[in-house]
Amino acid sequence: MRYLMSVIDDDTNVDTGNEMAAVDAFNDQLRADGYWVFADGLTAPEDATVVDNRGEQPIITDGPFIESKEFLGGFWIIDTPDLDITLKLAVTASKACNRKIEIRPFNV
Amino acid sequence: MPSPDAQEAVTHVHRTEWARIVASLTRHFGDLDIAEDAAAEAFATAIERWPADGVPPNPGAWLTTTANRKAIDRIRREQKRLEKHEEAHVIHETDPSPQHGIIEDDRLRLIFTCCHPALAMEARVALTLRMIGGLTVPEIARAFLVQDTTMGQRISRAKAKIRATGIPYRMPTADDLPARHTGVLAVLYLIFNEGYLSTTSDAHPIRTDLSTEAIRLTRLLHDLLPADGETTGLLALMLLTEARRPARITSAGELVTLDEQDRTRWDTTLIAEGHQLVRERLASGASPRRYQILAAINAVHTSAPTIRDTDWSQIVALYDQLTRRDPSPIVALNRAIAIAELDGPHVALAIVENLRDALADYHAYHATRADLLRRLGRPADARIAYDHAIALTTNQAEIATLTRRRDQLVQ
Repeated sequence: MRYLMSVIDDDTNVDTGNEMAAVDAFNDQLRADGYWVFADGLTAPEDATVVDNRGEQPIITDGPFIESKEFLGGFWIIDTPDLDITLKLAVTASKACNRKIEIRPFNV
Repeated sequence: MPSPDAQEAVTHVHRTEWARIVASLTRHFGDLDIAEDAAAEAFATAIERWPADGVPPNPGAWLTTTANRKAIDRIRREQKRLEKHEEAHVIHETDPSPQHGIIEDDRLRLIFTCCHPALAMEARVALTLRMIGGLTVPEIARAFLVQDTTMGQRISRAKAKIRATGIPYRMPTADDLPARHTGVLAVLYLIFNEGYLSTTSDAHPIRTDLSTEAIRLTRLLHDLLPADGETTGLLALMLLTEARRPARITSAGELVTLDEQDRTRWDTTLIAEGHQLVRERLASGASPRRYQILAAINAVHTSAPTIRDTDWSQIVALYDQLTRRDPSPIVALNRAIAIAELDGPHVALAIVENLRDALADYHAYHATRADLLRRLGRPADARIAYDHAIALTTNQAEIATLTRRRDQLVQ
């Protein structure tokens, strides 16, 4: 099953400086175990632009669509046999990137 | 003609075989929904047919076969389901190798699935009662005083999450097992405690249905994991607590505290069984954890023919042991109650006062403090503490006891 592992970031998070190396090592392990699909980090939510073309004219707005303390900092897409294995990976991922992780399966 | 024998047979086999049938269907079809419905349909067929056809020689096997047929019928009807079924099989075929030293049993797998940490606690409780306990949705709804539809949705949502998120139907891996096992015991203890002292204000103060069911489920887990100390400990704790039930409520609906209970009304059979389990754990020589220590405390209480005969130094020693494992303020509060008997209420009150910040919203903190103040001859302070306790209590029988104690204070 494919899962999205979202990195939940917030303004109060203090980096230790070891995150990059730890995430690289985690990614290498994901590839070695065959779970890797894709992963990347995102720039700050201030860089977001919202596009709404549900009406007659497309409306383009600066900024994230929800102002909140917590925001999406990056994500992994992984392919694993079940939630228990995914949970184990998320436990390692959370430690590596020093942030909370949300797991959601993709619609099959 | 309804045959009482056939009905009795259905009831009996429901109690003994439900979990096994649901668990085996779940393994075959990889879907809790199909398993639950097919098992329920098989029992409905038994109720319909056994009075006329007679009870089959092996009722469990008859029900399993019937349920399997019902499940296959349903899958044929719903082609979409079949795809999910095949998919589920793919998932299970990638299972890691079997665990060492753990009995593989379908029911055990099902218990771990129902008590999965990715599910909300209330969903774990509801699923466990439905899938393992075999309680109907209206029965579970009644037990937790919610609408049938609300409980039905809670269980459906939990099953949907299991399916959608790929919660596996298998034993946790060896490194996950201790935490997951503790989680299962927590679900069973929560069910028991809601029965022991209902937190719902308009429910009956003691919910025998829930405590009885929790004991039955814990017995099942104990049968499946006989060497596990904490499962044995939890079963002993439940039995020794349940043994005191006949003495816990007066005919006027007041809760009777341990010191005022008529101990001749305690259930000696349950006490004997609980004591046997505690002795078994002591003989194992293994270092006891939480439930085993709590069971041992209850064994000391139930060994004393009167409150004065209680070996309080033993109880304090056990609380000291528990504090080392679990230094929580609630454990400290219960230890203080024992200290009051051993060293006097003034020593206990000093301990209790230090817990104020942590337990200011906990009714038992104020009730304990009120009792200590009363014993120390400070009725005005005791009255205020009883008022606090009453305001924070939801159980009607407990409120009745606290109110009487407050009203009996000397002015």
